[in-house]
Amino acid sequence: MPRLTRDEVRKVARLARLKLGDDELDRFTTQLGQVLDYVGVLGELDTEDVEPMAHAVEVTDVWREDVVSPSLAREMALANAPRSDGRFFLVPPILD
Amino acid sequence: MSLFGSTADLLTRLDRGEQTSVELTAACLAAIDEHDGRIGAFLSVDRHGALEQAEAIDRRRRAGGPVGPLAGLPVAVKDVLCTAGRPTTCASRMLERFTPPYDAHVIARLRAADAVLVGKTNMDEFAMGSSTENSAFQVTRNPWDLERTPGGSSGGSAAALAAGMVPLAIGSDTGGSIRQPASFCGVVGMKPTYGRVSRYGLVAFASSLDQVGPLASDVTGAAVLLEAIAGRDRRDSTSLDVPVPEFGRRVDEPLAGLRIGIAREHFAEGLEAEVEQAVREALGAYRSQGAEIVETALPHSKYAVAVYYLIAPSEASSNLARYDGVHYGRRAAEFENMIDMYAATRGEAFGEEVKRRIMLGTYALSAGYYDAYYLKALKVRRLIRRDFDEAFEHCDVIASPVTPRPAYRIGELAGDPLAMYLGDIYTIGANLAGLPALSVPCGFSGSGLPIGLQLVGPPLEEERLLRAARMYERATGWHRRRAVLGA
Repeated sequence: MPRLTRDEVRKVARLARLKLGDDELDRFTTQLGQVLDYVGVLGELDTEDVEPMAHAVEVTDVWREDVVSPSLAREMALANAPRSDGRFFLVPPILD
Repeated sequence: MSLFGSTADLLTRLDRGEQTSVELTAACLAAIDEHDGRIGAFLSVDRHGALEQAEAIDRRRRAGGPVGPLAGLPVAVKDVLCTAGRPTTCASRMLERFTPPYDAHVIARLRAADAVLVGKTNMDEFAMGSSTENSAFQVTRNPWDLERTPGGSSGGSAAALAAGMVPLAIGSDTGGSIRQPASFCGVVGMKPTYGRVSRYGLVAFASSLDQVGPLASDVTGAAVLLEAIAGRDRRDSTSLDVPVPEFGRRVDEPLAGLRIGIAREHFAEGLEAEVEQAVREALGAYRSQGAEIVETALPHSKYAVAVYYLIAPSEASSNLARYDGVHYGRRAAEFENMIDMYAATRGEAFGEEVKRRIMLGTYALSAGYYDAYYLKALKVRRLIRRDFDEAFEHCDVIASPVTPRPAYRIGELAGDPLAMYLGDIYTIGANLAGLPALSVPCGFSGSGLPIGLQLVGPPLEEERLLRAARMYERATGWHRRRAVLGA
């Protein structure tokens, strides 16, 4: 793999919705580059015929009865919101 | 064993009415007052609530009513589990003022078992770290040497136990976050089989790896605490619908004909001589109790750190997308538009390690890199699991060190993330494979720092691990040594 560049780190930060300072961009470029170099060791293994393992316990399709049960009251769901009007979560305008 | 005595003694004294839960709880609060200014184990202490709970349990006992299996024992809880109406910060600025509207399943189980919840303990932010130095709020010091870290990420829980502030504690373990601090602080810690304990109300880090588990000053404490929190919960679809053994009642029964596997990969380059010697002496102690030591191999274990530091950050980058400054948690004061509000909020409220891992995970999952990094890691994860399955065909447990070296100094590895990640080499395999694993004290370094022995078992064999650890503990008694804290 080619070496991670500062521009790539900036692009990843944008994808991850993280505003980073210049010093953080510099540090992450170096540190993430080191980690990526290290994990490159996996390349030496032939995994052509190996099934990926996403979970330790491979449970699928866990069913339950579709019945109504109590859920959070509105005022509790809104209690931790940075901004709300008592009925809805408030966000900045998304249309100009 | 803590200044409270062994867990078995404590339970007996409570049962006979020779000691009350209020007395014990008051003793914990007094120890916290005396020592926590220097240790920094707790992020919040619920003095009033704890005493009120203890009084109610004592009252019920005096009236001859039923008392739960934890019988009024005080428990400290890592601040990663939601407690209704009480702060749950994950040691992050993001959740500094968050008050959960509900209890985690584990918290509800603890209350039902009559544990007294004394407070919430410090941790690496969002459980990401191995030293508790990534807490946004405070440093936690190792009671055995205040210049050293208690390990992490459940460092507050382990330090609170080692300092004698509580007899029992709860942690969470994604790559070793219970076992490594237990080892650094000279206490017992167990990560159960994936799915043994419900994750409902556990703030998510890497969902295919996270498990809640017990820490205690002795093996019996870990056994009774695990028994109280384990079991199926329909609110976590990965929690397993299997019976929970009576760990507490069985823990004193030694195992006849125990076959202990040792893998040569666990005794290779990077392991400090003092740690290796303590582990080898522990194997000797087992041999003199009739156990057989079997050579085995885990050929893919050297890839575990690389696999983990792709999978865990990938899952974290997805899980932590929920912190958007809208539903709960912090929102930045200044921003230009909606997208900028997300980025500014996350940029200022997450600490550096959390951002580093979100970045790493986002990169590993991004177009063009997914196959080479994330998918590759999932495939090697299966090879690691297969190694364990094959090893357990000819042994009952696998013994190893918990960490390559004892507790390091505060600040020693803070600027070198990769070096800190490499310290997780022996613990990560159990998380990737979903296996139960515990750490039990097995000696001290020349400078007086605790060393831990790790035992890993096949899925759902927690009872075997606890009984094996108890056999060793009873024969050697390392857990009876206590850290000396000056006034």
